[in-house]
Amino acid sequence: MSLDPSFVGRTYPPTAPYQVGREKIREFATAIGATEPAHHDPIAARALGHPDVVAPPTFPVVVTMAATHQIVADPDLGVDYSRVVHGDQRFAYTRPVVAGDELVCVNTIEEVRTRGGHGFLTTRTEVTTPEGESVVTVWSKIVVRGEG
Amino acid sequence: MELPTKTFQVTRADLIRYAGASGDFNPIHWSDRIATSVGLPGVIAHGMFTMALVGRAVAEWAGAADAVVDYGVRFTRPVVVPDDEQGTEIEVTAAVREVTDAGLTRIDITATCGGEKVLSQARATIRTSG
Repeated sequence: MSLDPSFVGRTYPPTAPYQVGREKIREFATAIGATEPAHHDPIAARALGHPDVVAPPTFPVVVTMAATHQIVADPDLGVDYSRVVHGDQRFAYTRPVVAGDELVCVNTIEEVRTRGGHGFLTTRTEVTTPEGESVVTVWSKIVVRGEG
Repeated sequence: MELPTKTFQVTRADLIRYAGASGDFNPIHWSDRIATSVGLPGVIAHGMFTMALVGRAVAEWAGAADAVVDYGVRFTRPVVVPDDEQGTEIEVTAAVREVTDAGLTRIDITATCGGEKVLSQARATIRTSG
């Protein structure tokens, strides 16, 4: 598995805004068993100072996984998606994601390496509002397993 | 300081529900046929599902749904989920590493399944005051 190292530093065009729905946050919270009222009840969220229900910490992956498709699907980079496993994941928040947010993703390739026959690709996604307010920065490292 | 241990039961139904909620329909998380064809012992949990469960533990330790300001993990071992009523169990422990003057608490997290670590370098920063 060989990834093209010249892709390091490449930044992709902003994605179309993702509309964060209240029911999507509730559905995600329910799927992970997160029963805290602030994920489900707008009144409980407002009591914490938020305009609407608060997303659990890993919720942005719903948005960023779709956004990073523009990278892993780039044939010039050379990712064989059937051989991909998840390596690392990190979220650094400016503020929590809340229902009603519109989120735009800008992806940058931070690292491309090939070692021991495996490819390693680290992406950084800056998640902002359409006005450019920072919400969360998301790093994801994938490993593209070598043949055999 | 050690934080109280939390355990999470994970069944196939949980993986299906997470697939729908997250939009991650990779068949290694619901098809034994596909999972074994790529060399896995069977259906495995989404890494992001494990991370989400551990994130719940972090939020519970913090005592607030919106307290997590930084959270990162490395996935080191797949969580195999058998097709039965019990599924499997993930056990999560953590220790406080640092409390800053700015009201932030940094914790180091350990997550195991069947006695084996499934995450490494699992760390979170939570807002504990202000």
